[in-house]
Amino acid sequence: MDNLKDNDTKTIIKVDDLQTSFFTHKGEVKAVDGVHFDVPAGKTLGIVGESGSGKSITALSIMRLIEAPGRVKGGSITFNGEDLLAKSEAEMRRIRGNKISMIFQEPMTSLNPVYTIGDQIAESYQIHQGLSKKQALEKALGMLELVGIPSPKARLKAYPHELSGGMRQRAMIAIALACNPELLIADEPTTALDVTIQAQILGLVNDLQKDLGMSMLLITHDLGVVAETCDYVAVMYAGKIVEYADVNTLFANPKHPYTVGLLKSLPRHDIDQEELEVIRGMVPRPDDLPNGCRFAPRCPFAREMCVERLPDLEDQGDGNQVRCWIHTDQWDGPEVNVRDDYGYSESTQS
Amino acid sequence: MTTDILKVRNLKQYFPIKGGILGRKVNDVKAVDDISFEVKEGETLSIVGESGCGKSTTGRAILRLDEPTEGEVDFQGQDLLALSKKDMRRKRKDLQIIFQDPYASINPRQTVRQILSEAMEIQDVLPKDKREARIKELMKTVGLGEHQIDRFPHEFSGGQRQRIGIARALSVDPKMIICDESVSALDVSIQAQVLNLLKKLQRDYNLTYLFISHDLGVVRHISDRVLVMYLGKIVEIADKKSLFDNPKHPYTKTLLSAIPVPDPTKKKEQIVLKGDVPSPIDPPTGCRFHTRCPFATDKCVEEDPELRNNDSLMQDGHRAACHYIEEIESGEMKPNY
Amino acid sequence: MFIYTVRRLIQTIPVMIGVTLVVFLMMHLIPGDPAQIIAGESANEQQVEQTRERLGLNDPLPVQYGTFVGNAVTGDLGNSIRSGRAVTDEIGARFWVTVELAFYSTLLSIFIGLIAGIVSATRRNSPLDMIIMITALFGLSMPNFWLGLMLIQYFALNIEWLPVSGWGTPQSIILPVITLGTAGAAIIARMTRSSMLEVIHQDYIRTARAKGVKERYVVYKHALRNALIPVVTVVGLQFGVLLGGAVLTETVFAINGLGRLVVEAIGQRDFPIVQGAVLILALMFVFVNFIVDISYRFLNKRIDLD
Repeated sequence: MDNLKDNDTKTIIKVDDLQTSFFTHKGEVKAVDGVHFDVPAGKTLGIVGESGSGKSITALSIMRLIEAPGRVKGGSITFNGEDLLAKSEAEMRRIRGNKISMIFQEPMTSLNPVYTIGDQIAESYQIHQGLSKKQALEKALGMLELVGIPSPKARLKAYPHELSGGMRQRAMIAIALACNPELLIADEPTTALDVTIQAQILGLVNDLQKDLGMSMLLITHDLGVVAETCDYVAVMYAGKIVEYADVNTLFANPKHPYTVGLLKSLPRHDIDQEELEVIRGMVPRPDDLPNGCRFAPRCPFAREMCVERLPDLEDQGDGNQVRCWIHTDQWDGPEVNVRDDYGYSESTQS
Repeated sequence: MTTDILKVRNLKQYFPIKGGILGRKVNDVKAVDDISFEVKEGETLSIVGESGCGKSTTGRAILRLDEPTEGEVDFQGQDLLALSKKDMRRKRKDLQIIFQDPYASINPRQTVRQILSEAMEIQDVLPKDKREARIKELMKTVGLGEHQIDRFPHEFSGGQRQRIGIARALSVDPKMIICDESVSALDVSIQAQVLNLLKKLQRDYNLTYLFISHDLGVVRHISDRVLVMYLGKIVEIADKKSLFDNPKHPYTKTLLSAIPVPDPTKKKEQIVLKGDVPSPIDPPTGCRFHTRCPFATDKCVEEDPELRNNDSLMQDGHRAACHYIEEIESGEMKPNY
Repeated sequence: MFIYTVRRLIQTIPVMIGVTLVVFLMMHLIPGDPAQIIAGESANEQQVEQTRERLGLNDPLPVQYGTFVGNAVTGDLGNSIRSGRAVTDEIGARFWVTVELAFYSTLLSIFIGLIAGIVSATRRNSPLDMIIMITALFGLSMPNFWLGLMLIQYFALNIEWLPVSGWGTPQSIILPVITLGTAGAAIIARMTRSSMLEVIHQDYIRTARAKGVKERYVVYKHALRNALIPVVTVVGLQFGVLLGGAVLTETVFAINGLGRLVVEAIGQRDFPIVQGAVLILALMFVFVNFIVDISYRFLNKRIDLD
């Protein structure tokens, strides 16, 4: 599954057959079901998907921050050659916020309201580098400067509610990058922000990534953000990756009907579109997943084989990996060009 | 043909701030500060802007969900702000609103049938015996099944709940609907379904939309005309095409350039603004954008620019509130980053 | 912070006026003639009239109220009918006993309540959580006089570890404090538990974990301080409830506190004492709530009223 990149680039993290489930009184809910991907060192992998696709759960699984009733059920997560899933909780704590950091969607609620920004950044240094409070605060000041917060000295003593959304997200980034992590996981980092602030934050993260040589895993629902910031993209649907490619290939030549539908249903500000092509129906409930291809109930090309059997994520030889029968030699339907033929024949929509 | 269904004149919405030892009013949040515009019958006018620009406040003020501080809201020839509370309630039959989170605005203990029949009851739109049939028809119109009529809101997904909100708005046969971030919380695939539905309903019922959104992609898709707000003021208003292809205000240009394009081959030049939106409590003097504008001069600090058209540069009806439309266009003025 | 404190202080003024007004009117609302009551049942017409004149009861009500407040501010709450001593002297010594009792009981409630609440929340749905919550339910539903009697029965009479009654020695304090503090501990335990459970699912707790903070610090540093915010309000209210609840406990343990004084005074129709005691208790309650508001503001940085 890791065969699409040149082998001379080092892989920072490799996720193999990751399975994370939630065990509720109604039974097992498979939120992440056999996910594979890897992030090449210094590069950005984007995971795109709609709500319920399992993209955030994937991120939290890597951090080993899944809370009961959830549990990582199987698979392996290899970070710098070591399996994170085999580590003790104490070992894992030394990795979190140090080697692997995470920033979250809601800068409003992700900072502790009763501690100052300075205290919250300094804490990372106190935990991972054993610095005194005073030394740690000095380094925190440096971080605030790095992430471009104006009058950083004063901000060190500010409480989160005294900062704007954009400034809070900068503070979150300062916390995450404090210990110079090798991998940054950003879960919808700009979704709650206005576009002009989003542009600032994405620019900042990109610059810092280059300067610090980090690798990044970006979780988002926004295909625009993916196109502008990622090197590789994994498209997730109902707990599985349905397509994986480098960013140019994915946007130029999407192969999975879901990817195509997603791109066609996106209203764009830069071009005119008459009617939006839609994806019929809804995302299946995670406790009631289809047996075959999970997209089959909504797919305009679905045939019996799609409903019955789940296809594998298969390498297409041109940089894409796609989980779809159409792109296999077992396909028993008429020849399809997913991109041009996408759409539902009758007016079955809405 | 193109009569104005809604005319907003010098609308102001100030919210008092209390403070000090005695809790007196010390200042105002100038959420909407003297704006005027028209909406033509049958069109979709979108109001776009970032959080705090006053776009949602404008929608609420028009419906008098908050009582505006000053101004006139002329709807079908009647000043809504001069109506009594009772007459205003009656008027809401023609002027409905759909919110971002339909769940927060519908009673969770009512079934779809109850929600819709209550809406009709309040405005007394149909004789009682015909309502049942109408409810079923409405559900079909918005793409819900008749068998779902006795279900409660929590049994529906986000997209379906938004359809319930739309059905409720439609149930009283309105002339105009204010959509306040109505598709913002939905996933892309569901958002497209709802957008298509809104467009279809507009064609079928000759509805007028005031569409409030922060998402310029959605706005480009649904609007006929677009109005851009910044800190309580209108900075630019134009036909959709004119606005997207030929933006004249530096803020509009920044806004458009800041949106990520889902096409990695289009790596365009991004204008990244410095700083945050200033507080609407003490907004900047003169042009409110001057604190972040790369072209700002002393004149911008002192004089509040008017919305104006330059017919050699802009289409008819395209107006922007900038002192230097011409100088920026000709390249005479250079941005100062 | 300073402005907030000052403003909060100013806000207590109307409350104090209300309290004094109610206490003042008490005299006039009780059935019968206050002068007759104060002069005593056996007093003749002339003595009653003299008393009325001496107490200024012939003046218009607002003037009387003014005099009452004026006197109260200078520490003059009148004289006890029974002993003839100044009300402030009568109340003085016994007031501190009650404050002590309420204070120790509050400390006990906070100590037990917080620990039990935190343990319950961090081991949610475990057997320990169940035991704590069931115990709390008992503590809450048990009338405290009954609890007091049971404690006396066992610890004082059966195993004779502790004295039956009184106040002053360390041993004698234990039983009354437990009696009075149990209900409060139960309330605080339940409150802390639900507050902690709410806080522990907040985004900033996830942030702390993602930073690599040890679970112990996640609970005690990041969660507890936020969870305490609603608990502080309850503690303040609880202290007021304890001042009132002290009446029964003092009676059960024969402690010479303010509560018992009030009960006796009511029995003897010694209204100046009742009036004085109610006034002091009410003002105490206002004061405690003022302290609670200030500490609430101190804990919760988001209240930005100045």
